[in-house]
Amino acid sequence: MASFFEMGGYAGFIWPAYGIVAIVMAVLVVQSLRDLREQRRLLAALEGEGARKRAPARTGAGQ
Amino acid sequence: MTGMSDLTATQRFHALANPARFMALTERLVLPLGLVTAALIAAGVYLALFDSPADYQQGETVRIMYIHVPSAWLGMFGYMVMAGASLVALVFRHPLADVCAKSAAPVGAAFCFLALVTGSLWGRPMWGTWWVWDARLTSMLILLFLYLGYIALWATIEEPARAARAAAVLALVGSINVPIIHYSVVWWNTLHQPASVFRIDGPTIATSMLMPLLIMALGFTFFFVTLLLVRMRAEILRRRVRALRLARAEG
Repeated sequence: MASFFEMGGYAGFIWPAYGIVAIVMAVLVVQSLRDLREQRRLLAALEGEGARKRAPARTGAGQ
Repeated sequence: MTGMSDLTATQRFHALANPARFMALTERLVLPLGLVTAALIAAGVYLALFDSPADYQQGETVRIMYIHVPSAWLGMFGYMVMAGASLVALVFRHPLADVCAKSAAPVGAAFCFLALVTGSLWGRPMWGTWWVWDARLTSMLILLFLYLGYIALWATIEEPARAARAAAVLALVGSINVPIIHYSVVWWNTLHQPASVFRIDGPTIATSMLMPLLIMALGFTFFFVTLLLVRMRAEILRRRVRALRLARAEG
């Protein structure tokens, strides 16, 4: 097992390479999903606001 | 309701261009694509680290290849997606085209960056240097700068329609760099080795290394496409938010 992590003496090059690829890909995923959620939230808030303005006296029963 | 098959080619083109249809279609696609991506990359990493031989010349460092080469391919693929979408945006004014180009840029830039960093980490033990100004490395660095310039242009121009046009022109002018990167190892005497997979006479790499490389490349490509769809969805919503805010401000 130890020899696996030593990577024939090249551990200092191989593991950082895999590490940075993993980190950058993870950051891309998290940032993209967060942005999508944020835009969804903003849009829902705006649409809710608009609906209230258009129909202030709505009782909530159907359309 | 009219089926897609009853429409003419142009109508079909514009039906797909409809963001509502795109949103409905991609909503169902993202999760399965994400699962396929995860499975492919997991298999690729397993093969690359545990189930492939060390190289007779490069020893264990050859394992860097399985992430370096797919990163470099995607760095270039991302640029071609960006430039292709930019062309469609300029010529056909397809409503989704500049959304696609804008969304592809950060992902392509990230992979271009990863190709440079992993290449450097591979170059140090094998060539004895982190960096050389040879044609392949330099043209790849220029690709990163083109991406950054493209992203900066979008960030600088407030109005999406104007930003899209300026950015599309930059993307198209810069696309001349992609064939230069590809042929750099042929046209110039580079320290970087020539192609060993996409060759007219077939791959020169051993099957035991080609399989993990292709699986990893496929996994990275699925990653790119899935993320592109997620980012396009976010961008479409962002524009809707912007349009709603402008409408409110006016009325």
